[in-house]
Amino acid sequence: MMVEVLKTGLYDSIQDLGRFGYQHLGVPSSGVMDQYAASLANSILGNQDHAAVLEFTVLAPTLKFHIATAICITGMQSYPKLNGVAIENNSVTHIKQQDVLTFGQRVLGCRGYIAVLGGFQSPNIMGSRSMCQHITQQQRLTKNDQLDILAQPLVDNHSNAHVKTPISHFETDKLHVFKGVEFGKLSKSQQQVLVQQEFTVSKDSNRMAYPLEGVLDNSLQSIITGPVLPGTVQFTPAGQVIILMRDCQTTGGYPRILQLTEMAINQLSQKTPGEKFTFKIAH
Amino acid sequence: MSSYKLTYTRFSEQSILIQWPEKIDPKILKDLLRYKENILKYSKDTIQVINTYNALLLAYNTFELDYKNEIERLKSLRNKVIASKPLQSKLWKIPVCYDVKYGLDLEALAAAKNCSIAELIQWHTEAVYKVYFIGFLPGFLYLGGLDNRLIMPRRQRPRPHVLKGAVGIGGEQTGIYPNASPGGWNIIGNSPITFFDPESEHPCFANAGDSIQFVAIDLVGHAAIIERIKNGNYKLESEVYDG
Repeated sequence: MMVEVLKTGLYDSIQDLGRFGYQHLGVPSSGVMDQYAASLANSILGNQDHAAVLEFTVLAPTLKFHIATAICITGMQSYPKLNGVAIENNSVTHIKQQDVLTFGQRVLGCRGYIAVLGGFQSPNIMGSRSMCQHITQQQRLTKNDQLDILAQPLVDNHSNAHVKTPISHFETDKLHVFKGVEFGKLSKSQQQVLVQQEFTVSKDSNRMAYPLEGVLDNSLQSIITGPVLPGTVQFTPAGQVIILMRDCQTTGGYPRILQLTEMAINQLSQKTPGEKFTFKIAH
Repeated sequence: MSSYKLTYTRFSEQSILIQWPEKIDPKILKDLLRYKENILKYSKDTIQVINTYNALLLAYNTFELDYKNEIERLKSLRNKVIASKPLQSKLWKIPVCYDVKYGLDLEALAAAKNCSIAELIQWHTEAVYKVYFIGFLPGFLYLGGLDNRLIMPRRQRPRPHVLKGAVGIGGEQTGIYPNASPGGWNIIGNSPITFFDPESEHPCFANAGDSIQFVAIDLVGHAAIIERIKNGNYKLESEVYDG
């Protein structure tokens, strides 16, 4: 009843829509970085929206299936192949026992999703199967891991579903944001710089945060520690801009100057180090 | 009823922030926790409320948040605070071993403060600390009430690995690392208690609004508590406390 990890990618983990109701204990939300892409995979397969999927980053893993099932791959595009034969993203692929899923070079995006029928069955801790440091015993997948999935027949009417993901989901260079709680404390010129400046994703980006390259002038002091969420944009005393992502802490002491929309979090999740974008304030 | 002027703002598409004056004050904490209790009582389980020193963040598990109407609804719940009775809180007695085996920075701290290690321990154990909220790491308690004589800047170089249960001082704060992690605080001891257990029905024993006091134990006592926790026959002491 399982899927074997023959080779890992750069960072693979099992994720669903994350934990809700435990943030007051300091528990991160976690969950898939790109909710749009992951939900698409589940919906094409006919899964429930919160079914757990495998999330990979930049480099995809190699998987061997020891059970017949069906899968759907979304997000990052990377020439998926089943037993050496090309298959498509955003569509249902039937899987037989002993089938091997491999990927080629990355074409587009940063995070890919593999959904299986019924979802991956990693341990359910605090209402979620999402892997996360200090919460689940396993934080990421390793070679030879055996992932449990359900034996579940495919409902046939989904087998021809194919949905295109708009290219803008990966390539947009405008991230929509709201003004953050401390936005008003910035000077007029700082506010202008923030919406005009082109920002670059740095190589230190991960599931916890996307620190942006370079520094801006900053005269804002730290605040007394307050709540933060995925998508909160922090401004450090040294002038660095940091965008918090799904595995972020629940509280922080840096001024919160902007807040990404839910879709902007998904879009940022698909950006790799070196990519550039600007913030666009929504009202 | 309190006269704090509160501000209500949309924080994100799915959350609303309520702010009190930017101060660390037990009276503000008491007021916001009573409001939090009311909000939870009169809302569906599609809402979670996170508090910090002077703020409540209300996060909604729905995409369709009509935040203007919701803010009006929240304001109407504010008035119900008058009727609700004061919250009952607990005082937890947290055992800490202040032996230099664990208290890696005790000697340096005593030298910096020109006092003895025994005095440091006395100051740290005499105070009653208020749990303002839990954040930073799962089960990490933000505590208020550190004796001024113990205030000490964070270490110049953070340690890459601080033990689970390490008790430290960082600036005006004191706290316990619930899990092994990197850390820049001055480490003065170690508590054998589990502050966060993800598999438990109540992952963290303490709640915002509770109080804690540290009780000094020796190396033997520390080892004994770890053994009793392993065997499942240790219960942390607490008493009802209205501080």
